[in-house]
Amino acid sequence: MDKFEKLTGIAAPMPLVNIDTDMIIPKVFLKTIKRSGLGVNLFDEMRFDREGNEIPDFVLNQPQYREAEILVAGDNFGCGSSREHAPWALKDFGIKSVISTSFADIFYNNCFKNGILPIVLPQEAVDVLMKDAEKGSNARMIVDLENQTVSSSEGESFSFEVDPFKKHCLLEGLDDIGLSLEKAPAIDAFEEKAAQARPWV
Amino acid sequence: MSPKTLYDKIWDAHVVSEDADGTCLLYIDRHLVHEVTSPQAFEGLRMAGRKVRAPEKTIAVPDHNVPTTAGREDPKNMTEDSAIQVAALDKNAKDFGIHYYPVSDIRQGIVHIVGPEQGWTLPGMTVVCGDSHTATHGAFGALAHGIGTSEVEHVLATQTLIQKKSKNMKVEITGKLRPGVTAKDITLAVIGATGTAGGTGYVIEYCGEAIRDLSMEGRMTVCNMAIEGGARAGLIAPDEKTYEYVQGRPHAPKGAQFEAALSWWKTLFTDEGAHFDKVVTLKGEEIEPVVTWGTSPEDVLPISAVVPSPEDFTGGKVDAAKRSIEYMGLTSGQKLTDIEIDTVFIGSCTNGRIEDLRAAAQIVEGKKIKVGRAMVVPGSGLVRAQAEEEGLDKIFTDAGFEWRLAGCSMCLAMNPDQLSENERCASTSNRNFEGRQGYKGRTHLVSPGMAAAAALTGKLTDVRTLMSETAA
Repeated sequence: MDKFEKLTGIAAPMPLVNIDTDMIIPKVFLKTIKRSGLGVNLFDEMRFDREGNEIPDFVLNQPQYREAEILVAGDNFGCGSSREHAPWALKDFGIKSVISTSFADIFYNNCFKNGILPIVLPQEAVDVLMKDAEKGSNARMIVDLENQTVSSSEGESFSFEVDPFKKHCLLEGLDDIGLSLEKAPAIDAFEEKAAQARPWV
Repeated sequence: MSPKTLYDKIWDAHVVSEDADGTCLLYIDRHLVHEVTSPQAFEGLRMAGRKVRAPEKTIAVPDHNVPTTAGREDPKNMTEDSAIQVAALDKNAKDFGIHYYPVSDIRQGIVHIVGPEQGWTLPGMTVVCGDSHTATHGAFGALAHGIGTSEVEHVLATQTLIQKKSKNMKVEITGKLRPGVTAKDITLAVIGATGTAGGTGYVIEYCGEAIRDLSMEGRMTVCNMAIEGGARAGLIAPDEKTYEYVQGRPHAPKGAQFEAALSWWKTLFTDEGAHFDKVVTLKGEEIEPVVTWGTSPEDVLPISAVVPSPEDFTGGKVDAAKRSIEYMGLTSGQKLTDIEIDTVFIGSCTNGRIEDLRAAAQIVEGKKIKVGRAMVVPGSGLVRAQAEEEGLDKIFTDAGFEWRLAGCSMCLAMNPDQLSENERCASTSNRNFEGRQGYKGRTHLVSPGMAAAAALTGKLTDVRTLMSETAA
């Protein structure tokens, strides 16, 4: 996984609440056995009409947001299905961070596994950043994971919380399966103990 | 020792190691696998030269993609990309030596119906699957939740997950349900009350008289939709109904092992005085049969209500409600019972079990459907066989329903069972998201009885009006 570097990028506003993973990547695109190439289908039913033409009003179709790397979104982003295709599609499109007041649990975890930083901020902070994002491509936000801050294009800065372990893995681009396998002796010991206590499992 | 919740107890029994910051390695007792969210995980194992650590605890079944019509064992009768995913699961199950129920096996079905049916799911276990509706298994007092594909790979390789503990939430349903009100109405009413993010960061324990009164099937329906309320998992403490359901299932413990298991299962309850971070209480007798009007599972109203107007809401929900009403082709102030239905879908991991089919058949018996299309998709091959033994298939087909083979089907429309544009469906599934059941399709979530009622009248209908008719 790539290391998560300090990010200065265009933020696209998506104020709709409850943007679900079916919207992020409709199920017709889940019939792949690969992780890559889903960016062209990101937000497919919101982004394209049935004939495959772009819907001009959709935010990521507007010229100033085509190169967006950050989304500022309404409450409860990523709710619904556990499909990791959602962060795969975001990542493939070029989105590296999503800012909202809240995220659905599984989506939130899936982001970290794919080098995407989901940032939870209070409503007032999201409101400021949403307004900033609405200014278009001249308004570049700065996401600084090391120092746990997001700054608007006008320099207004907000601190965010992130789990120390998740932060470490993202900053270093670590594969957590490798890390967990280093604990194999502890897993062996647990299995031995569990086989005594709950032999029916 | 300080009093513990049920969640605390299961969690503590599965911690392999804990770091200073509270990050834990949690042991996983059962890993369920299906064809859509697993190919990339198995590929990851191959590329890293890793094995499945505990193939005996790993169970796979194709369900999301499979057609529900005859002849589906032949890959030629699937779309090419679906056939590739199913073939990949066939191969991965064989190569890695995990338990497998192929399409041709009568035990095949929706993974969350097959797990409990085969006795893989037991009280006090940790159960995961690359599917958000894994919450279903919480009905047994198992800690069960959905995971992404990277975590599927992590569990395959290590039989553990990296987790931090969630907070404890109690949802109590007091008193008795009134006739015609079901587990589906409970779980929707809870989401209506708490919102789709009301459970975020929590594991919910459902309790109270109305929950105790539910069958195992009903409890699975309640826990199934815990995820729709944002919770990581839903739990119900095991009791005599649980033990009775489990005993004798193919993979449940037998003899002395069962007795040993039972004595541990009987310790799985929330201690008196244990702390909950959030408590929600609903009165069972106040819950009415409900339907969803919008495109989020929180858009719940009693069937007696009218379509709301965006001004009834605040914040970001105003625009969301406006968008939902437009998408659903409804008018604010319109009576829910005036909404005409094109299609009825009965099935899914929420309501595809035998009790659900019985409830629907009871309403349908001896009558004819008034909708263009109505479909029953049993949750597993064994549910289907049981229903046929009881003659339910005949009741449905005589009324004009299609009687299908088992799978996820129109719940998420990854197979050919899909709504067309603007087609309106009363559905016993779990999500009414835009496009969920087909491009521009319109979904109203309901209980099996309510779905049956809508099929008979061609409109969203209070099932109780048909029940009194039956009684008379």
